[in-house]
Amino acid sequence: MSILILAEHDNASIKSATLNTVAAANAIGGDVTVLVAGEGCAAAGEAAAKIAGVSKVLVADNAAYGHQLPENVAPLVAEIAKDYGYVLAAATTTGKNVLPRAAALLDVAQISEITAVESADTFKHPIYAGNIIETVQSSDAIKVITVRTTAFDAVAAEGGSAAVETVGSAHDAGISGFVSEEVAQSDRPELTSASVVISGGRGMQNGENFAMLESIADKLGAAVGASRAAVDAGFVPNDMQVGQTGKIVAPELYIAVGISGAIQHLAGMKDSKVIVAINKDEDAPIFQVADYGLVADLFEAVPELDAAL
Amino acid sequence: MKVLVAVKRVADYNVKVRPKSDGTAPDLNNVKMSINPFCEIAVEEAVRLKEAGTATEVVVVSLGDKACQEQIRTALALGADRGIQVDTDAELQPLAIAKLLKAVVDKEQPDLVIMGKQSIDGDNNQTGQMLAALAGLPQGTFASEVKIEGGKANVTREIDGGLQTVALNLPAIVTTDLRLNEPRYASLPNIMKAKKKPMDVLTADELGVEVAPRLTTVKVEPPAERAAGIKVEDVAALVDKLKNEAKVI
Repeated sequence: MSILILAEHDNASIKSATLNTVAAANAIGGDVTVLVAGEGCAAAGEAAAKIAGVSKVLVADNAAYGHQLPENVAPLVAEIAKDYGYVLAAATTTGKNVLPRAAALLDVAQISEITAVESADTFKHPIYAGNIIETVQSSDAIKVITVRTTAFDAVAAEGGSAAVETVGSAHDAGISGFVSEEVAQSDRPELTSASVVISGGRGMQNGENFAMLESIADKLGAAVGASRAAVDAGFVPNDMQVGQTGKIVAPELYIAVGISGAIQHLAGMKDSKVIVAINKDEDAPIFQVADYGLVADLFEAVPELDAAL
Repeated sequence: MKVLVAVKRVADYNVKVRPKSDGTAPDLNNVKMSINPFCEIAVEEAVRLKEAGTATEVVVVSLGDKACQEQIRTALALGADRGIQVDTDAELQPLAIAKLLKAVVDKEQPDLVIMGKQSIDGDNNQTGQMLAALAGLPQGTFASEVKIEGGKANVTREIDGGLQTVALNLPAIVTTDLRLNEPRYASLPNIMKAKKKPMDVLTADELGVEVAPRLTTVKVEPPAERAAGIKVEDVAALVDKLKNEAKVI
C-alpha cells in the first residue's frame, strides 16, 4: 500500500518532524510519497527528495497554500489521498490542524498521535493524557494518521533521490486569510528536537529567574521548557510549555527544575532517556519518574550546577 | 449573532483513569464525570461575547444519553441561554460527532461555533476540524484570542513556534486552547435559574446521521512503567552521575 505524507516545512526547508513521520511510514511499509504544499516551496521540495526512503515528492506551490491554511490545504490532501492507502502527518499544530479536515472530506476516521504500528491496520496511541494506551483497528479504505514524533526515530535527512513532481491543482476556498505570526526567535534548538531540555516550573517564582536555566542551556546546547504552572503564572510564553496540552518531548536528557510533576507535565516528558529532577519537596511526584533526583533549593543548586558544567 | 457551543461529558480531570482489568475499555465505574475543561472554556468565551453585546444568543449542544443533560445544565448555569441534547447511547467517534454537529449547525444556523480543541478522554483533537470540513466553514483551532470585527472572526492560534492570527469569514468554527480565558464559577442563583432554561432533545435518527464507528478498540493497557531512580546527595554527585554513568553530558 502506498503512503502519502504531508510534509512539515517552512517553504525553505523540511522540519525534522517529517523525518519521524517517514519512520512511522516505514514501520507500516509501502512506497512513501511526500507532499510539500506551500508558496515558493521548491527548496523544501528538493530537501524532501533527499530524505532516505522517500520514493516520490509532490510539490504544490501556490499562493493559496502559503501559510498552509487548512481550508485550502485539506482539499488538496483529500484530492491526492484518493490514490493512497494511508495519509500521515506529524502531530504538530500544523498536522493536527489540517489532517482531521482532510479525513472528514474523505469520510474516513483519523487515528491521532500513534506511538506504535502493530500491523497494517492496527495502531497504538495514548488516551486519557497518556494514562492509557489504546490499540485500535481501522476499517477505513484510506487510513488517516497523525504521528507522535517522539515515538519514532528520525530517518536520515540525506541519502535519498526521489523524483519531484509538480501538482497543479489550486484549492482556494476564499473563506480564510493569514493576518500575522509571532514566532519566538532563539538561537537554541527547538524544544521538540533538542537532545537536552531543561524546564522550569512554578518553583522558579518569576520569569527573570529562567535566566539561570538559559545559562545552563547555553552550556549544554539545550532547549528551555516550562511546566503549565509556570506558563499559566505568566513566567514564560505558552510555546515553551511541555506537557499533554503543550509539547511532547523525549530528549536524551531532561532536567526538571522546580517542577512538582503534575500528571499533565509527566505525559509530555516521561519518554525522555534520562530524567533529572531538582526540587526542594522530597515527596514531589516528579521524583517517581526521575533517574536522578536532587532534593535541594533550586536557587542554590542551579547556580552550583551551572558552575560545575 | 448566534453562538453554538458543543460540550462533552468526560471523566473529571482530577481522576486518574485506568484500564478495566480485562483490558477492553477504560474503567469509568463510579468515576466523577464533568464538563470537558476545553468545552468549559468554550462556554465561557461564548458567554463573554454575549456580555460584550456581540452575541445575542448562546445555544449549548451535547451528544449522548440523558446523563449529558447534567453538563448542558452546567453550561446554562454559566450563562448559556438554551440547551440541545442529541440523545444516543451509541459509541460516538469524532467523525460521527462532527456529522451530528453538522446537522445541528444546519438546523440552528449559528454565526459562530465554539468548542474545545480536544476532549481529555480520547485526546483526539479532531472534531472541530471535521465539523468545519463537513460544513464548508473556516476553522480557527487552538484559539488563545477571538475578536469579532467587521463580519470576520480574527482568531489568534497557539502554534508550535508561537502565535498565528487568521481572519475567518463568518460563520466559522473556533476550537479553544487553555489560555483563551479562565472560566467563572456558576453562582447558586444561576444554578437554580439554569434548571428553568429550555432544553430540546433530538435523536440521531431524526437528524438522519449514520454514526457507526470506523475504529475498533482491540485493547487498552496501562503505559509502560518508568522505574524511579536514585536520589543524589549534591550537585557534584549529580554531575558525576550524568558524566560517568548516564554519559549524557
